[in-house]
Amino acid sequence: MSAKLSLRGVVVLRGRAEVLRVPHLDVIEGEVLAVLGPNGAGKSTMLQVLGLLERPATGEVLFGGELALGRELELRRRMAAVFQDPLLLDRSVAANVGLGLSLRGMPRRERTERVDRWLARFDIDGLAHRSCRHLSGGEAQRVSLARAFVLEPEILLLDEPFSALDQPTRDSLVGELASVLAETAVTAVFVTHDRDEAARLAHRVAVLAGGDLRQVGPTAEVYSTPADETVARYVGVETVAPARVLTSNDGLVILGVGEAQVEAVANGFPADEALVCLRPEDVVLYPGGVDVPGSARNHLRGVVRRITPSGAEVRVAVDCGFPLIASITRRSLEELGLAVGSAVVASFKATAVHLIARGAEHR
Amino acid sequence: MDLIFDGIGGAVKILISGDQDVWEITFRSLAVSGSATALALVIGIAIGATLAFRRFAGRNIFVTLVNTGMGFPPVVVGLIVAILLWRSGPLGQLNLIYTPGAMVIAQTVIAVPLVTGFTIAALGALPPQLRTQLYGLGASRLQMLWLVLQEARLPLFAAIMAGFGAAVSEVGASIMVGGNLSGETRVLTTAIVQEVSRGNYDIALALSFILLVLILLVTAVLTTVQQRERPT
Repeated sequence: MSAKLSLRGVVVLRGRAEVLRVPHLDVIEGEVLAVLGPNGAGKSTMLQVLGLLERPATGEVLFGGELALGRELELRRRMAAVFQDPLLLDRSVAANVGLGLSLRGMPRRERTERVDRWLARFDIDGLAHRSCRHLSGGEAQRVSLARAFVLEPEILLLDEPFSALDQPTRDSLVGELASVLAETAVTAVFVTHDRDEAARLAHRVAVLAGGDLRQVGPTAEVYSTPADETVARYVGVETVAPARVLTSNDGLVILGVGEAQVEAVANGFPADEALVCLRPEDVVLYPGGVDVPGSARNHLRGVVRRITPSGAEVRVAVDCGFPLIASITRRSLEELGLAVGSAVVASFKATAVHLIARGAEHR
Repeated sequence: MDLIFDGIGGAVKILISGDQDVWEITFRSLAVSGSATALALVIGIAIGATLAFRRFAGRNIFVTLVNTGMGFPPVVVGLIVAILLWRSGPLGQLNLIYTPGAMVIAQTVIAVPLVTGFTIAALGALPPQLRTQLYGLGASRLQMLWLVLQEARLPLFAAIMAGFGAAVSEVGASIMVGGNLSGETRVLTTAIVQEVSRGNYDIALALSFILLVLILLVTAVLTTVQQRERPT
Protein backbone atom coordinates (compact mmCIF):
# COMPACT_ATOMS: atom_id res chain seq x y z
CA MET A 1 0.00 0.00 0.00
CA SER A 2 2.07 2.91 -1.23
CA ALA A 3 1.01 6.53 -1.34
CA LYS A 4 0.34 7.65 -4.89
CA LEU A 5 -0.31 11.27 -4.05
CA SER A 6 0.43 13.05 -0.78
CA LEU A 7 0.06 16.43 0.86
CA ARG A 8 2.50 17.55 3.53
CA GLY A 9 1.95 20.67 5.60
CA VAL A 10 -0.27 22.28 3.00
CA VAL A 11 -1.83 25.68 3.70
CA VAL A 12 -3.83 27.57 1.06
CA LEU A 13 -4.61 31.27 1.39
CA ARG A 14 -7.35 33.41 -0.19
CA GLY A 15 -6.15 36.92 0.43
CA ARG A 16 -5.00 36.64 4.02
CA ALA A 17 -7.49 34.01 5.11
CA GLU A 18 -6.39 30.38 5.42
CA VAL A 19 -8.97 28.35 3.52
CA LEU A 20 -7.25 24.97 3.77
CA ARG A 21 -4.90 23.35 6.25
CA VAL A 22 -3.81 19.77 5.61
CA PRO A 23 -0.84 18.69 7.70
CA HIS A 24 -0.76 15.21 6.19
CA LEU A 25 -2.76 13.27 3.62
CA ASP A 26 -1.93 10.19 1.56
CA VAL A 27 -3.95 8.95 -1.37
CA ILE A 28 -3.17 5.24 -1.57
CA GLU A 29 -2.50 3.63 -4.96
CA GLY A 30 -5.65 2.03 -6.36
CA GLU A 31 -8.06 3.47 -3.82
CA VAL A 32 -11.09 5.69 -4.24
CA LEU A 33 -10.83 8.41 -1.62
CA ALA A 34 -13.97 10.47 -1.05
CA VAL A 35 -13.53 13.99 0.24
CA LEU A 36 -16.64 14.80 2.21
CA GLY A 37 -17.74 18.04 3.81
CA PRO A 38 -20.14 20.96 3.68
CA ASN A 39 -19.94 23.72 1.06
CA GLY A 40 -17.02 26.02 1.66
CA ALA A 41 -15.12 23.39 3.65
CA GLY A 42 -12.14 23.54 1.28
CA LYS A 43 -12.87 20.31 -0.62
CA SER A 44 -12.46 21.71 -4.12
CA THR A 45 -9.40 23.67 -3.07
CA MET A 46 -7.80 20.48 -1.75
CA LEU A 47 -8.61 18.68 -5.01
CA GLN A 48 -7.00 21.48 -7.02
CA VAL A 49 -3.86 21.30 -4.89
CA LEU A 50 -3.75 17.51 -5.34
CA GLY A 51 -4.20 17.96 -9.11
CA LEU A 52 -1.36 20.51 -9.27
CA LEU A 53 -3.91 23.05 -10.48
CA GLU A 54 -3.28 25.39 -7.57
CA ARG A 55 -0.04 25.92 -5.71
CA PRO A 56 -0.38 26.07 -1.91
CA ALA A 57 1.09 29.00 0.05
CA THR A 58 3.17 26.53 2.03
CA GLY A 59 3.62 22.77 2.00
CA GLU A 60 4.38 20.13 -0.56
CA VAL A 61 2.63 17.82 -2.97
CA LEU A 62 4.29 14.45 -3.48
CA PHE A 63 3.57 12.29 -6.52
CA GLY A 64 4.62 8.68 -6.00
CA GLY A 65 6.65 9.83 -3.01
CA GLU A 66 8.60 12.45 -4.94
CA LEU A 67 8.24 16.21 -4.88
CA ALA A 68 5.92 17.46 -7.63
CA LEU A 69 7.37 20.96 -7.72
CA GLY A 70 8.91 21.88 -11.07
CA ARG A 71 7.38 19.04 -13.09
CA GLU A 72 3.72 20.00 -12.82
CA LEU A 73 2.91 19.71 -16.54
CA GLU A 74 4.42 16.24 -16.86
CA LEU A 75 2.55 15.07 -13.75
CA ARG A 76 -0.73 16.75 -14.70
CA ARG A 77 -0.55 14.67 -17.88
CA ARG A 78 -0.64 11.54 -15.75
CA MET A 79 -3.87 12.70 -14.10
CA ALA A 80 -7.31 13.81 -15.29
CA ALA A 81 -9.94 16.05 -13.74
CA VAL A 82 -13.73 16.13 -13.95
CA PHE A 83 -15.67 19.06 -12.49
CA GLN A 84 -19.28 19.72 -11.54
CA ASP A 85 -19.74 21.81 -14.68
CA PRO A 86 -18.78 19.60 -17.67
CA LEU A 87 -17.00 22.60 -19.31
CA LEU A 88 -17.05 21.14 -22.80
CA LEU A 89 -15.54 23.01 -25.73
CA ASP A 90 -17.71 24.25 -28.59
CA ARG A 91 -16.86 21.24 -30.74
CA SER A 92 -18.23 17.79 -31.45
CA VAL A 93 -18.54 15.18 -28.70
CA ALA A 94 -15.76 13.08 -30.24
CA ALA A 95 -13.44 16.11 -30.47
CA ASN A 96 -14.06 16.88 -26.81
CA VAL A 97 -13.38 13.33 -25.70
CA GLY A 98 -10.18 13.30 -27.77
CA LEU A 99 -9.00 16.65 -26.43
CA GLY A 100 -6.63 15.41 -23.71
CA LEU A 101 -5.09 12.87 -26.09
CA SER A 102 -4.39 15.49 -28.74
CA LEU A 103 -2.88 17.77 -26.06
CA ARG A 104 -0.49 14.89 -25.39
CA GLY A 105 0.31 14.64 -29.09
CA MET A 106 -1.20 11.23 -29.70
CA PRO A 107 -1.42 10.35 -33.43
CA ARG A 108 -4.90 10.60 -34.90
CA ARG A 109 -5.44 6.89 -35.63
CA GLU A 110 -4.60 5.74 -32.15
CA ARG A 111 -6.65 8.61 -30.75
CA THR A 112 -9.77 7.75 -32.75
CA GLU A 113 -9.56 4.14 -31.64
CA ARG A 114 -9.28 5.11 -27.95
CA VAL A 115 -12.03 7.74 -28.22
CA ASP A 116 -14.43 5.28 -29.87
CA ARG A 117 -13.84 2.73 -27.14
CA TRP A 118 -14.62 5.17 -24.33
CA LEU A 119 -17.57 6.73 -26.13
CA ALA A 120 -19.05 3.25 -26.27
CA ARG A 121 -18.15 2.53 -22.64
CA PHE A 122 -20.17 5.56 -21.51
CA ASP A 123 -22.93 4.79 -23.99
CA ILE A 124 -22.56 8.01 -25.98
CA ASP A 125 -21.16 6.58 -29.23
CA GLY A 126 -24.39 7.68 -30.91
CA LEU A 127 -23.58 11.28 -30.07
CA ALA A 128 -19.99 11.25 -31.41
CA HIS A 129 -20.56 13.84 -34.14
CA ARG A 130 -23.10 15.91 -32.27
CA SER A 131 -22.21 19.42 -31.12
CA CYS A 132 -21.66 19.73 -27.40
CA ARG A 133 -23.99 22.71 -27.36
CA HIS A 134 -27.06 20.53 -27.63
CA LEU A 135 -26.50 17.92 -24.95
CA SER A 136 -28.58 17.26 -21.86
CA GLY A 137 -26.91 17.65 -18.46
CA GLY A 138 -26.50 13.90 -18.10
CA GLU A 139 -25.08 13.47 -21.62
CA ALA A 140 -22.64 16.36 -21.08
CA GLN A 141 -21.38 14.81 -17.85
CA ARG A 142 -20.92 11.46 -19.62
CA VAL A 143 -18.79 13.25 -22.22
CA SER A 144 -16.81 14.86 -19.42
CA LEU A 145 -16.24 11.47 -17.74
CA ALA A 146 -15.27 9.82 -21.05
CA ARG A 147 -12.89 12.73 -21.74
CA ALA A 148 -11.10 11.94 -18.45
CA PHE A 149 -11.15 8.12 -18.62
CA VAL A 150 -9.93 8.07 -22.24
CA LEU A 151 -6.60 9.37 -20.92
CA GLU A 152 -6.29 6.19 -18.84
CA PRO A 153 -4.83 8.35 -16.08
CA GLU A 154 -2.93 7.14 -13.05
CA ILE A 155 -5.04 9.44 -10.90
CA LEU A 156 -8.56 10.64 -11.50
CA LEU A 157 -9.84 13.76 -9.74
CA LEU A 158 -13.61 14.24 -9.56
CA ASP A 159 -15.12 17.42 -8.12
CA GLU A 160 -18.83 16.86 -7.37
CA PRO A 161 -19.40 15.58 -10.91
CA PHE A 162 -23.05 14.72 -10.27
CA SER A 163 -24.33 17.47 -8.00
CA ALA A 164 -25.94 19.47 -10.82
CA LEU A 165 -27.87 16.47 -12.19
CA ASP A 166 -31.41 15.33 -11.45
CA GLN A 167 -31.83 12.33 -9.17
CA PRO A 168 -32.52 9.51 -11.72
CA THR A 169 -29.66 10.66 -14.01
CA ARG A 170 -27.44 10.94 -11.01
CA ASP A 171 -28.26 7.47 -9.72
CA SER A 172 -27.53 5.81 -13.05
CA LEU A 173 -24.27 7.75 -13.53
CA VAL A 174 -23.05 6.97 -10.00
CA GLY A 175 -23.68 3.30 -10.75
CA GLU A 176 -21.76 3.49 -14.02
CA LEU A 177 -18.89 5.39 -12.43
CA ALA A 178 -18.69 2.78 -9.66
CA SER A 179 -18.34 -0.02 -12.19
CA VAL A 180 -15.79 1.82 -14.35
CA LEU A 181 -13.75 2.71 -11.26
CA ALA A 182 -13.75 -0.93 -10.20
CA GLU A 183 -12.83 -2.11 -13.72
CA THR A 184 -9.95 0.28 -14.21
CA ALA A 185 -8.72 0.18 -10.58
CA VAL A 186 -7.63 3.77 -11.09
CA THR A 187 -6.60 5.80 -8.06
CA ALA A 188 -9.34 8.36 -7.60
CA VAL A 189 -10.16 11.32 -5.39
CA PHE A 190 -13.86 12.08 -5.35
CA VAL A 191 -15.18 15.31 -3.85
CA THR A 192 -18.81 15.25 -2.75
CA HIS A 193 -21.13 16.65 -0.12
CA ASP A 194 -23.33 13.56 -0.39
CA ARG A 195 -22.42 10.92 2.17
CA ASP A 196 -24.42 8.20 0.41
CA GLU A 197 -22.51 8.80 -2.81
CA ALA A 198 -19.27 8.65 -0.82
CA ALA A 199 -20.34 5.42 0.88
CA ARG A 200 -21.23 3.90 -2.49
CA LEU A 201 -18.03 4.80 -4.31
CA ALA A 202 -15.21 5.19 -1.83
CA HIS A 203 -12.86 2.87 0.01
CA ARG A 204 -11.84 5.64 2.38
CA VAL A 205 -13.21 9.06 3.21
CA ALA A 206 -11.56 12.28 4.29
CA VAL A 207 -13.85 14.73 6.07
CA LEU A 208 -13.13 18.43 5.75
CA ALA A 209 -14.81 21.20 7.71
CA GLY A 210 -13.86 24.84 7.91
CA GLY A 211 -10.68 24.21 5.94
CA ASP A 212 -9.43 21.54 8.35
CA LEU A 213 -8.99 17.87 7.65
CA ARG A 214 -11.02 16.42 10.53
CA GLN A 215 -10.76 12.69 9.90
CA VAL A 216 -9.42 10.24 7.32
CA GLY A 217 -10.13 6.52 7.36
CA PRO A 218 -11.98 3.58 5.85
CA THR A 219 -15.53 4.64 5.00
CA ALA A 220 -17.28 2.29 7.47
CA GLU A 221 -14.93 3.32 10.25
CA VAL A 222 -15.44 7.05 9.77
CA TYR A 223 -19.20 6.59 9.50
CA SER A 224 -19.44 4.55 12.71
CA THR A 225 -16.73 6.23 14.79
CA PRO A 226 -16.55 9.90 13.83
CA ALA A 227 -13.78 11.88 15.47
CA ASP A 228 -15.82 14.90 16.46
CA GLU A 229 -19.34 16.31 16.44
CA THR A 230 -19.06 18.00 13.04
CA VAL A 231 -17.86 14.79 11.41
CA ALA A 232 -20.56 12.85 13.26
CA ARG A 233 -23.34 15.12 11.96
CA TYR A 234 -21.88 15.05 8.49
CA VAL A 235 -21.62 11.29 8.14
CA GLY A 236 -25.22 10.78 9.24
CA VAL A 237 -25.00 10.28 12.98
CA GLU A 238 -28.26 11.96 13.88
CA THR A 239 -28.24 11.47 17.62
CA VAL A 240 -25.41 13.39 19.25
CA ALA A 241 -26.10 13.96 22.95
CA PRO A 242 -23.88 15.27 25.74
CA ALA A 243 -23.32 12.75 28.53
CA ARG A 244 -21.46 12.22 31.85
CA VAL A 245 -19.43 9.09 32.42
CA LEU A 246 -20.87 7.35 35.52
CA THR A 247 -18.72 4.22 35.59
CA SER A 248 -16.13 2.73 33.29
CA ASN A 249 -15.15 -0.92 33.84
CA ASP A 250 -13.70 -3.62 31.61
CA GLY A 251 -14.52 -1.73 28.49
CA LEU A 252 -18.14 -1.11 29.48
CA VAL A 253 -18.96 2.52 30.05
CA ILE A 254 -22.19 3.60 31.72
CA LEU A 255 -23.24 7.13 30.98
CA GLY A 256 -25.91 9.50 32.17
CA VAL A 257 -27.58 11.11 29.17
CA GLY A 258 -30.23 13.62 30.15
CA GLU A 259 -32.48 11.62 32.45
CA ALA A 260 -31.55 8.25 30.93
CA GLN A 261 -28.66 5.83 31.31
CA VAL A 262 -26.84 4.43 28.31
CA GLU A 263 -24.30 1.62 28.16
CA ALA A 264 -21.50 1.79 25.66
CA VAL A 265 -18.51 -0.34 24.77
CA ALA A 266 -15.28 1.63 24.84
CA ASN A 267 -11.89 0.54 26.06
CA GLY A 268 -10.12 2.96 28.38
CA PHE A 269 -12.37 5.90 27.60
CA PRO A 270 -10.28 8.87 28.74
CA ALA A 271 -12.78 11.58 29.68
CA ASP A 272 -15.52 12.26 32.25
CA GLU A 273 -17.65 14.11 29.74
CA ALA A 274 -18.65 12.64 26.41
CA LEU A 275 -20.87 12.95 23.38
CA VAL A 276 -23.01 9.89 22.79
CA CYS A 277 -23.32 9.18 19.05
CA LEU A 278 -25.89 6.88 17.56
CA ARG A 279 -26.77 6.23 13.92
CA PRO A 280 -30.54 6.18 13.32
CA GLU A 281 -30.42 2.80 11.56
CA ASP A 282 -28.88 1.20 14.68
CA VAL A 283 -31.97 1.98 16.78
CA VAL A 284 -34.90 -0.48 16.86
CA LEU A 285 -38.29 0.68 18.12
CA TYR A 286 -40.82 -1.49 20.01
CA PRO A 287 -44.27 -0.58 21.22
CA GLY A 288 -44.25 0.70 24.81
CA GLY A 289 -45.28 -1.82 27.46
CA VAL A 290 -43.98 -5.01 25.80
CA ASP A 291 -40.97 -6.97 26.99
CA VAL A 292 -38.21 -6.19 24.56
CA PRO A 293 -36.61 -9.26 22.99
CA GLY A 294 -33.05 -9.58 21.73
CA SER A 295 -29.58 -9.03 23.12
CA ALA A 296 -29.32 -5.27 22.98
CA ARG A 297 -28.11 -3.74 26.26
CA ASN A 298 -29.98 -0.47 25.99
CA HIS A 299 -33.77 -0.28 26.26
CA LEU A 300 -34.99 3.25 26.78
CA ARG A 301 -38.63 4.09 27.35
CA GLY A 302 -39.81 7.21 25.61
CA VAL A 303 -42.47 9.08 23.70
CA VAL A 304 -42.61 9.75 19.95
CA ARG A 305 -42.25 13.49 19.34
CA ARG A 306 -42.06 13.72 15.56
CA ILE A 307 -42.34 11.48 12.50
CA THR A 308 -40.64 12.62 9.27
CA PRO A 309 -40.66 10.68 6.00
CA SER A 310 -37.23 10.42 4.40
CA GLY A 311 -37.13 8.46 1.16
CA ALA A 312 -38.14 4.83 1.72
CA GLU A 313 -37.58 5.27 5.44
CA VAL A 314 -39.16 7.23 8.22
CA ARG A 315 -37.28 9.22 10.84
CA VAL A 316 -38.82 8.96 14.28
CA ALA A 317 -37.73 11.44 16.94
CA VAL A 318 -38.14 9.93 20.39
CA ASP A 319 -37.82 11.72 23.72
CA CYS A 320 -36.32 9.14 26.07
CA GLY A 321 -34.74 11.46 28.57
CA PHE A 322 -32.76 12.93 25.73
CA PRO A 323 -33.72 13.41 22.07
CA LEU A 324 -32.98 10.33 19.99
CA ILE A 325 -33.55 9.69 16.27
CA ALA A 326 -34.46 6.27 14.89
CA SER A 327 -34.84 5.26 11.28
CA ILE A 328 -37.44 2.59 10.51
CA THR A 329 -39.21 1.43 7.36
CA ARG A 330 -42.65 2.73 6.48
CA ARG A 331 -43.92 -0.78 6.94
CA SER A 332 -42.67 -1.07 10.52
CA LEU A 333 -44.19 2.32 11.22
CA GLU A 334 -47.56 0.91 10.21
CA GLU A 335 -47.09 -2.37 12.03
CA LEU A 336 -46.07 -0.60 15.20
CA GLY A 337 -48.98 1.79 14.81
CA LEU A 338 -46.80 4.69 15.84
CA ALA A 339 -48.05 8.26 16.00
CA VAL A 340 -46.87 11.39 17.71
CA GLY A 341 -47.38 10.82 21.45
CA SER A 342 -47.08 6.98 21.27
CA ALA A 343 -45.10 5.30 24.00
CA VAL A 344 -42.14 3.30 22.61
CA VAL A 345 -39.03 1.49 23.68
CA ALA A 346 -35.88 2.43 21.82
CA SER A 347 -33.42 -0.41 21.77
CA PHE A 348 -29.78 -0.39 20.63
CA LYS A 349 -26.62 -2.34 21.28
CA ALA A 350 -23.87 -1.05 23.51
CA THR A 351 -21.49 -1.58 20.58
CA ALA A 352 -23.60 0.71 18.40
CA VAL A 353 -22.89 3.63 20.72
CA HIS A 354 -19.86 5.68 19.75
CA LEU A 355 -18.34 8.01 22.32
CA ILE A 356 -16.48 11.22 21.59
CA ALA A 357 -14.52 12.79 24.45
CA ARG A 358 -16.02 16.24 25.10
CA GLY A 359 -13.92 19.06 23.83
CA ALA A 360 -12.52 16.91 21.01
CA GLU A 361 -13.80 19.59 18.65
CA HIS A 362 -11.54 22.21 20.16
CA ARG A 363 -8.33 20.29 20.70
CA MET B 1 -27.79 67.10 -56.17
CA ASP B 2 -25.91 67.57 -59.44
CA LEU B 3 -22.69 67.36 -57.52
CA ILE B 4 -23.52 63.89 -56.24
CA PHE B 5 -24.63 62.57 -59.61
CA ASP B 6 -21.57 64.07 -61.34
CA GLY B 7 -19.46 62.53 -58.64
CA ILE B 8 -21.02 59.08 -59.03
CA GLY B 9 -20.66 59.31 -62.80
CA GLY B 10 -17.02 60.30 -62.47
CA ALA B 11 -16.42 57.55 -59.94
CA VAL B 12 -17.81 54.89 -62.23
CA LYS B 13 -15.60 56.19 -65.04
CA ILE B 14 -12.48 56.06 -62.88
CA LEU B 15 -13.33 52.60 -61.63
CA ILE B 16 -13.97 51.24 -65.11
CA SER B 17 -10.81 52.79 -66.59
CA GLY B 18 -8.77 50.99 -63.88
CA ASP B 19 -6.51 53.94 -63.12
CA GLN B 20 -3.06 52.72 -62.10
CA ASP B 21 -2.76 55.25 -59.25
CA VAL B 22 -6.10 54.26 -57.79
CA TRP B 23 -5.14 50.59 -57.67
CA GLU B 24 -1.81 51.47 -56.12
CA ILE B 25 -3.24 53.46 -53.23
CA THR B 26 -5.92 50.81 -52.70
CA PHE B 27 -3.29 48.09 -52.32
CA ARG B 28 -1.23 50.36 -50.09
CA SER B 29 -4.24 50.92 -47.86
CA LEU B 30 -4.79 47.19 -47.62
CA ALA B 31 -1.09 46.49 -46.95
CA VAL B 32 -0.59 49.21 -44.35
CA SER B 33 -3.84 48.61 -42.47
CA GLY B 34 -3.57 44.82 -42.79
CA SER B 35 -0.07 44.88 -41.29
CA ALA B 36 -1.21 47.21 -38.53
CA THR B 37 -4.17 44.92 -37.74
CA ALA B 38 -1.92 41.86 -37.63
CA LEU B 39 0.52 43.59 -35.28
CA ALA B 40 -2.35 44.91 -33.15
CA LEU B 41 -3.75 41.38 -32.88
CA VAL B 42 -0.51 39.94 -31.53
CA ILE B 43 -0.02 42.80 -29.06
CA GLY B 44 -3.71 43.21 -28.18
CA ILE B 45 -4.37 39.51 -27.56
CA ALA B 46 -1.25 39.24 -25.40
CA ILE B 47 -2.24 42.25 -23.28
CA GLY B 48 -5.92 41.26 -23.29
CA ALA B 49 -5.23 37.68 -22.14
CA THR B 50 -2.96 38.97 -19.38
CA LEU B 51 -5.58 41.44 -18.17
CA ALA B 52 -8.37 38.86 -18.44
CA PHE B 53 -6.59 36.04 -16.62
CA ARG B 54 -4.13 37.58 -14.20
CA ARG B 55 -5.13 39.27 -10.98
CA PHE B 56 -2.58 41.87 -9.92
CA ALA B 57 -2.49 45.25 -8.22
CA GLY B 58 -3.37 48.03 -10.63
CA ARG B 59 -5.20 45.70 -13.02
CA ASN B 60 -8.28 47.91 -13.02
CA ILE B 61 -6.18 50.94 -13.93
CA PHE B 62 -4.88 49.08 -16.98
CA VAL B 63 -8.38 48.01 -18.00
CA THR B 64 -9.55 51.62 -17.67
CA LEU B 65 -6.61 52.74 -19.81
CA VAL B 66 -7.54 50.19 -22.46
CA ASN B 67 -11.15 51.33 -22.46
CA THR B 68 -10.04 54.93 -22.75
CA GLY B 69 -7.71 53.92 -25.58
CA MET B 70 -10.65 52.46 -27.50
CA GLY B 71 -11.93 56.00 -27.88
CA PHE B 72 -8.56 57.69 -28.24
CA PRO B 73 -8.51 60.41 -30.97
CA PRO B 74 -6.39 59.17 -33.90
CA VAL B 75 -5.11 62.71 -34.50
CA VAL B 76 -3.55 62.75 -31.05
CA VAL B 77 -2.02 59.30 -31.66
CA GLY B 78 -0.64 60.61 -34.95
CA LEU B 79 0.86 63.65 -33.28
CA ILE B 80 2.57 61.60 -30.57
CA VAL B 81 3.93 59.04 -33.05
CA ALA B 82 5.07 61.87 -35.33
CA ILE B 83 6.92 63.65 -32.50
CA LEU B 84 8.64 60.37 -31.60
CA LEU B 85 9.63 59.65 -35.22
CA TRP B 86 10.69 63.17 -36.32
CA ARG B 87 14.28 63.34 -37.45
CA SER B 88 15.13 65.25 -34.31
CA GLY B 89 12.88 63.07 -32.14
CA PRO B 90 13.92 60.22 -29.83
CA LEU B 91 13.32 57.59 -32.53
CA GLY B 92 14.45 59.84 -35.40
CA GLN B 93 17.37 57.58 -36.22
CA LEU B 94 14.98 54.91 -37.45
CA ASN B 95 14.23 57.19 -40.43
CA LEU B 96 10.62 56.10 -40.41
CA ILE B 97 8.84 59.44 -40.58
CA TYR B 98 6.90 59.85 -43.87
CA THR B 99 7.17 56.13 -44.70
CA PRO B 100 4.47 53.41 -44.77
CA GLY B 101 6.25 51.96 -41.70
CA ALA B 102 5.36 55.04 -39.69
CA MET B 103 1.74 54.68 -40.77
CA VAL B 104 1.73 51.03 -39.70
CA ILE B 105 3.01 52.10 -36.28
CA ALA B 106 0.38 54.82 -35.87
CA GLN B 107 -2.48 52.57 -37.01
CA THR B 108 -1.24 49.77 -34.75
CA VAL B 109 -1.34 52.14 -31.79
CA ILE B 110 -4.91 53.05 -32.72
CA ALA B 111 -6.04 49.40 -33.18
CA VAL B 112 -4.32 47.86 -30.13
CA PRO B 113 -6.77 49.20 -27.51
CA LEU B 114 -9.71 47.95 -29.61
CA VAL B 115 -8.28 44.46 -29.97
CA THR B 116 -7.28 44.42 -26.29
CA GLY B 117 -10.72 45.54 -25.14
CA PHE B 118 -12.51 42.96 -27.30
CA THR B 119 -10.11 40.25 -26.08
CA ILE B 120 -10.74 41.07 -22.41
CA ALA B 121 -14.50 40.94 -23.00
CA ALA B 122 -14.31 37.74 -25.08
CA LEU B 123 -12.13 35.82 -22.62
CA GLY B 124 -14.00 37.23 -19.62
CA ALA B 125 -17.24 35.77 -20.97
CA LEU B 126 -15.86 32.20 -20.85
CA PRO B 127 -16.63 30.11 -17.73
CA PRO B 128 -13.92 30.94 -15.16
CA GLN B 129 -13.25 27.26 -14.42
CA LEU B 130 -12.57 26.44 -18.08
CA ARG B 131 -8.87 27.17 -17.74
CA THR B 132 -8.60 24.92 -14.69
CA GLN B 133 -10.43 22.20 -16.62
CA LEU B 134 -8.03 22.48 -19.56
CA TYR B 135 -5.01 22.33 -17.26
CA GLY B 136 -6.70 19.36 -15.59
CA LEU B 137 -6.76 17.57 -18.95
CA GLY B 138 -3.06 18.14 -19.41
CA ALA B 139 -2.85 21.42 -21.34
CA SER B 140 0.35 23.44 -21.17
CA ARG B 141 0.00 27.20 -20.71
CA LEU B 142 0.26 27.83 -24.46
CA GLN B 143 -2.17 25.03 -25.31
CA MET B 144 -4.62 26.45 -22.77
CA LEU B 145 -4.34 29.90 -24.33
CA TRP B 146 -4.79 28.54 -27.86
CA LEU B 147 -7.88 26.56 -26.81
CA VAL B 148 -9.56 29.47 -25.00
CA LEU B 149 -8.86 31.79 -27.95
CA GLN B 150 -10.54 29.26 -30.24
CA GLU B 151 -13.40 29.01 -27.78
CA ALA B 152 -13.76 32.80 -27.96
CA ARG B 153 -13.31 32.91 -31.74
CA LEU B 154 -16.64 34.60 -32.50
CA PRO B 155 -15.99 37.78 -30.49
CA LEU B 156 -12.29 37.68 -31.41
CA PHE B 157 -13.14 37.88 -35.10
CA ALA B 158 -15.22 40.91 -34.20
CA ALA B 159 -12.02 42.30 -32.68
CA ILE B 160 -10.15 41.78 -35.97
CA MET B 161 -12.90 43.48 -37.92
CA ALA B 162 -13.07 46.41 -35.52
CA GLY B 163 -9.28 46.75 -35.53
CA PHE B 164 -9.02 46.67 -39.32
CA GLY B 165 -11.98 49.02 -39.67
CA ALA B 166 -10.40 51.56 -37.33
CA ALA B 167 -6.99 51.32 -39.03
CA VAL B 168 -8.17 51.60 -42.63
CA SER B 169 -10.67 54.40 -41.90
CA GLU B 170 -8.23 56.52 -39.99
CA VAL B 171 -6.90 59.67 -41.73
CA GLY B 172 -5.46 62.25 -39.34
CA ALA B 173 -2.58 60.16 -38.03
CA SER B 174 -1.78 58.82 -41.50
CA ILE B 175 -1.34 62.29 -42.92
CA MET B 176 0.72 63.41 -39.95
CA VAL B 177 3.22 60.53 -39.93
CA GLY B 178 2.95 59.54 -43.59
CA GLY B 179 2.70 62.92 -45.24
CA ASN B 180 0.40 61.75 -48.07
CA LEU B 181 3.35 61.51 -50.48
CA SER B 182 2.21 60.42 -53.90
CA GLY B 183 3.49 56.94 -54.79
CA GLU B 184 4.91 56.47 -51.29
CA THR B 185 2.49 57.06 -48.45
CA ARG B 186 -0.76 58.02 -50.10
CA VAL B 187 -3.61 55.74 -49.05
CA LEU B 188 -7.34 55.84 -49.73
CA THR B 189 -8.31 58.07 -46.79
CA THR B 190 -5.53 60.62 -47.25
CA ALA B 191 -6.22 60.73 -51.00
CA ILE B 192 -9.92 61.38 -50.35
CA VAL B 193 -9.12 64.34 -48.08
CA GLN B 194 -6.76 65.75 -50.69
CA GLU B 195 -9.17 65.36 -53.61
CA VAL B 196 -11.96 67.03 -51.63
CA SER B 197 -9.70 69.98 -50.80
CA ARG B 198 -8.96 70.31 -54.51
CA GLY B 199 -12.66 70.19 -55.39
CA ASN B 200 -12.34 66.85 -57.24
CA TYR B 201 -15.50 65.38 -55.76
CA ASP B 202 -15.84 62.71 -58.44
CA ILE B 203 -12.44 61.24 -57.61
CA ALA B 204 -13.10 61.58 -53.88
CA LEU B 205 -16.39 59.73 -54.26
CA ALA B 206 -14.77 57.01 -56.36
CA LEU B 207 -12.09 56.50 -53.73
CA SER B 208 -14.72 56.47 -50.96
CA PHE B 209 -16.63 53.81 -52.85
CA ILE B 210 -13.47 51.70 -53.16
CA LEU B 211 -12.75 52.13 -49.44
CA LEU B 212 -16.24 50.89 -48.54
CA VAL B 213 -15.94 47.91 -50.87
CA LEU B 214 -12.53 47.10 -49.39
CA ILE B 215 -13.93 47.10 -45.84
CA LEU B 216 -16.92 45.08 -47.00
CA LEU B 217 -14.72 42.45 -48.68
CA VAL B 218 -12.38 42.08 -45.72
CA THR B 219 -15.32 41.84 -43.33
CA ALA B 220 -17.03 39.28 -45.56
CA VAL B 221 -13.92 37.09 -45.68
CA LEU B 222 -13.48 37.29 -41.90
CA THR B 223 -17.16 36.56 -41.30
CA THR B 224 -16.98 33.50 -43.55
CA VAL B 225 -14.00 32.17 -41.62
CA GLN B 226 -15.68 33.01 -38.32
CA GLN B 227 -18.86 31.12 -39.15
CA ARG B 228 -17.43 28.07 -40.83
CA GLU B 229 -16.78 24.61 -39.38
CA ARG B 230 -19.07 24.98 -36.44
CA PRO B 231 -20.62 21.66 -35.52
CA THR B 232 -24.39 21.68 -35.58
